[in-house]
Amino acid sequence: MNKTRKLSKFTLTNIKCYGMIIVAFAVLYPMLKMNMISNKISGLLIPICAYIVMAISLNLTVGFLGELSLGHAGFMSVGAFSGVITVACMQSGLPAPVKLLAAIIIGGIMAGILGLIIGIPVIRLKGDYLAIVTLAFGEIIKNIINCLYIGVDGSGLHFSMKSAEALNLSDGKIILNGPQGAVGVSKIATFFAGVLLILFALFVVLNLVNSKTGRAVTAIRDNRIAAESVGINITKYKLTAFIISAVIAGMAGALYGLNFSTIAAKKFDFNTSILILVFVVLGGMGNIPGTIIATTLLYMLPEMLRQFSDYRMLIYAIVLILVMLATNSPRAKVFANKIVGIFKKNNETDGEGDVSNG
Amino acid sequence: MAKDKMVPVPSNSIVPERDVDKTPILETHHLGIDFGGLTAVDELTLAVGRTEIAGLIGPNGAGKTTVFNLLTNVYQPTRGTIMLDGKSTARKNTEQVNRMGIARTFQNIRLFSNMSVLDNVKVGLHNSIKQPLISSITRLFGYRASEKKSRDEAMELLKFFKMEDMANHQAGSLPYGAQRRLEIARALATHPGIILLDEPAAGMNPSETAELMENIRRIRDNFNIAVMLIEHDMNLVMNICEGICVLDHGKVIAKGTPEEIKSNPKVIEAYLGKKKEAK
Ligand SMILES: Nc1ncnc2c1ncn2[C@@H]1O[C@H](COP(=O)(O)OP(=O)(O)O)[C@@H](O)[C@H]1O
Ligand SMILES: [Mg+2]
Repeated sequence: MNKTRKLSKFTLTNIKCYGMIIVAFAVLYPMLKMNMISNKISGLLIPICAYIVMAISLNLTVGFLGELSLGHAGFMSVGAFSGVITVACMQSGLPAPVKLLAAIIIGGIMAGILGLIIGIPVIRLKGDYLAIVTLAFGEIIKNIINCLYIGVDGSGLHFSMKSAEALNLSDGKIILNGPQGAVGVSKIATFFAGVLLILFALFVVLNLVNSKTGRAVTAIRDNRIAAESVGINITKYKLTAFIISAVIAGMAGALYGLNFSTIAAKKFDFNTSILILVFVVLGGMGNIPGTIIATTLLYMLPEMLRQFSDYRMLIYAIVLILVMLATNSPRAKVFANKIVGIFKKNNETDGEGDVSNG
Repeated sequence: MAKDKMVPVPSNSIVPERDVDKTPILETHHLGIDFGGLTAVDELTLAVGRTEIAGLIGPNGAGKTTVFNLLTNVYQPTRGTIMLDGKSTARKNTEQVNRMGIARTFQNIRLFSNMSVLDNVKVGLHNSIKQPLISSITRLFGYRASEKKSRDEAMELLKFFKMEDMANHQAGSLPYGAQRRLEIARALATHPGIILLDEPAAGMNPSETAELMENIRRIRDNFNIAVMLIEHDMNLVMNICEGICVLDHGKVIAKGTPEEIKSNPKVIEAYLGKKKEAK
């Protein structure tokens, strides 16, 4: 009895996550094909996919590892630009899905390497210090890419930190033009690919959480001293989680970058890192289904509020504060539990979507 | 090499006979640590036999927990050496000495309170379960077998402590006594050669304490390992410990069998005597 209950809890979270995405796709995709979705909304679909993947990835660091990372947009940025460069370097004859796949893989690998480089010094830090150093790294990445010039011609890739002219391109094209960012990007990202990437991120994170590695990571978050006392290599597992999180963020970045014809480094600044963090906090730390819903709603909200024009961001901020208060105050929790209780009476098997308890 | 270092301990007479010809599982030589100006532990030399139940007692603030922290390399000693199973633990960290065979519980319980009871024990099994990252992520390449093994072993340990019904409860929600038992189960899951228990009976009622005493004996007999415990409950200590070491102000003031300790005037003055005065 107990065994089946536990199993069903884990499976339930899985069904919720995968189901939510697949149902959304099944509804939206035909509508998209039949042009039943306004341009405004359809333009949001791929960014939403990218941000859902970002939020799932950050949830691994913040929710499961329990470390506050404020530079997550940096990994997204590296993924985006590596992806764009990858596509620019590939033969134009190749089918778009192949290019996109290559871009996402390279984006993930580059962000993973960066995650390793940043992770080694950072992961030994604790709490606030780690948060501040990741913040600094995020800004450093932004500023480096901001003054990076990359071009490609017959003889291969050219790099410069000075100017586009310094690249000495014979006949090729400029891929990355300093503060202007990547220009002339081929927009090969698709909604379908976005959905597949979300499913991939879910697969990795949900599996990880319910494995030996995931238990070690959760144990470190819960009680670091106890985790050490039972022989868990703290650095190794923190680093593992951090790098996996970076790889997934890099993949999301590649998808995001290949959705726009121009993309600049300043898009991936501190504000973006905070935005993703807000998705995670509102969705619930360690709560993957919640994260997906929060990301979708919060990303759509500013668009929905366009009619209020000038007051848009004000209303957005107020909504955020209210939601934070509502999800955090004990009274609101009691109220929410009551509502959940009513539903539970009808459907006994329905449990909380919190994987960290599973 | 380790043989000639053998110090039958805590006193010359009390290493259980079955352990006499074997290397002690744990030895310390002139162990000491200073915190700034304060000497918390000094000149601690002792050995624990392979299957001995040893006691470490002394008034509050005597330095008992600090000794456990030294033995598990939470603190690096200022002076002296520690030999675990004949090997020095110098320059190792907590995680490494656990793998060398020392496990512990904490005076203030430290469970993974948001995880299930079963998962707490599974975390303890961490180093004996082989599951590479790739099978964690893909659920292939022996994932099922390794998860089954860890589940089976964890359940066996929970059964040992009659906790199998609680396997899926959240660890933090358990009653106090069960939390203490879970902490011991988790420590045992690391397959130690010696387990250190820091005040395992604290906060327990008499029947729970009696059960704990029985459990400590069963741990030694079933797992064939040594137990070292810090405890204020004299009844428990005198009943189950074969050798006792008494600390006061960081120094050993007596070592011996329960009978020797009970009649030692220094001990009565420093420790038991104070208690009588208080009454
Ligand atoms: N990390 C530390 N820094 C400074 N002093 C410490 C530290 N740990 C323990 N002490 C001091 O060492 C002494 C012994 O403490 P402890 O080992 O906890 O005693 P007990 O025998 O009650 O377990 C106390 O005076 C305590 O204040
Ligand atoms: Mg103590």
